[in-house]
Amino acid sequence: MNQKLEQRHRVVQVVTKFLMPMILLFAFYVQFHGDFGPGGGFQAGVIFASVFILHGLIFGESRTRLVMPPGVLRILMSFGVLLYAGTGVLSLFLGGNYLDYSVLAQDPIHGQHWGIFVVELGVGITVAAVMVSLFYCFSSRRKTESSDDSEQEQGQKIEKDAL
Amino acid sequence: MLDQIVFAEHLVVMVLLTVLIILTLGIIYLKDLLAAVILSGLYSLVSAGIFVAMDAVDVAFTEAAVGAGISTIILLGALSFTKREQKPQKHNNIPALIIVCMTGALLVYGTLDMPYYGDPNSPANTHPKLAKHYLEKSKEEIDVPNVVTSVLASYRGYDTLGETAVVFTAAIGVLSLLGLRRRKRKEDPKLNEKQQRLQQNE
Repeated sequence: MNQKLEQRHRVVQVVTKFLMPMILLFAFYVQFHGDFGPGGGFQAGVIFASVFILHGLIFGESRTRLVMPPGVLRILMSFGVLLYAGTGVLSLFLGGNYLDYSVLAQDPIHGQHWGIFVVELGVGITVAAVMVSLFYCFSSRRKTESSDDSEQEQGQKIEKDAL
Repeated sequence: MLDQIVFAEHLVVMVLLTVLIILTLGIIYLKDLLAAVILSGLYSLVSAGIFVAMDAVDVAFTEAAVGAGISTIILLGALSFTKREQKPQKHNNIPALIIVCMTGALLVYGTLDMPYYGDPNSPANTHPKLAKHYLEKSKEEIDVPNVVTSVLASYRGYDTLGETAVVFTAAIGVLSLLGLRRRKRKEDPKLNEKQQRLQQNE
């Protein structure tokens, strides 16, 4: 029964495995080309997270948890915010105001470029980790106490476990 | 010619806003929660279209990615915790409806004093340190072609730090409510919750 369901989803699994690296590459493109076109940290983080969410929907959330463990996600979430705030503190140490990027390099314009690069990276990392964590929280099935249509739920549970 | 283009843009925005109103009515009146979730994803997509029509491409990108993508998936996941149909409402709350309508009317009355959409003489556009400064001086001070990024990350970098902290706080909130169950259930996934509680109390 399990094998038959896996075979039925085989096309989707193959196509997903083919698409995932391309979506990841697009996420990196949006992140680092936010200076030149629409994009930036928030959009790139969401697209990056959507790869792992797609993997979780197709292959089962337990396999995605092996690839991207929740502990790593917690570290990444905090690291992104710290990276952003840390850039501000670094500007303080180098003599400027908080989050004044002009003092980060020898030339104010290069300093601005580096500052924008690092803070957008921080935003992207945090948003990606947060979105995948939210997906983990909301996709773990549990039995509800009031199960009026428990048959439908059990049917969904069997389908989900078989994936 | 410019007048016709502006008129066409306004017409597109008005039509899309009407579509938004119809979608909202659908979300309110539908009893099937799955359809309501899909309609809310469609709402985000139409909002993204409105932002594109208003030339705000970065915002449209974010709205489409977050609203039509992630938000719909997470709402569907949340829907798996509850039933699929909304409980039938037993009575209509007329005083609440009146209060909400009055508050909405007051808010609309308050917006009558705001400057018109795209007004070049509004305070935000004429203040020497705001929009004019960002648009004129962004090239020589920051030299990044996308002015939205330069405003977001450099001129208003502190606000973006606050936004990132808000996203982080949302994750902490959800994790503290929903994320800690897995460790206990891993030991005995076959037992019912009640049986587990009975065993723990013994």
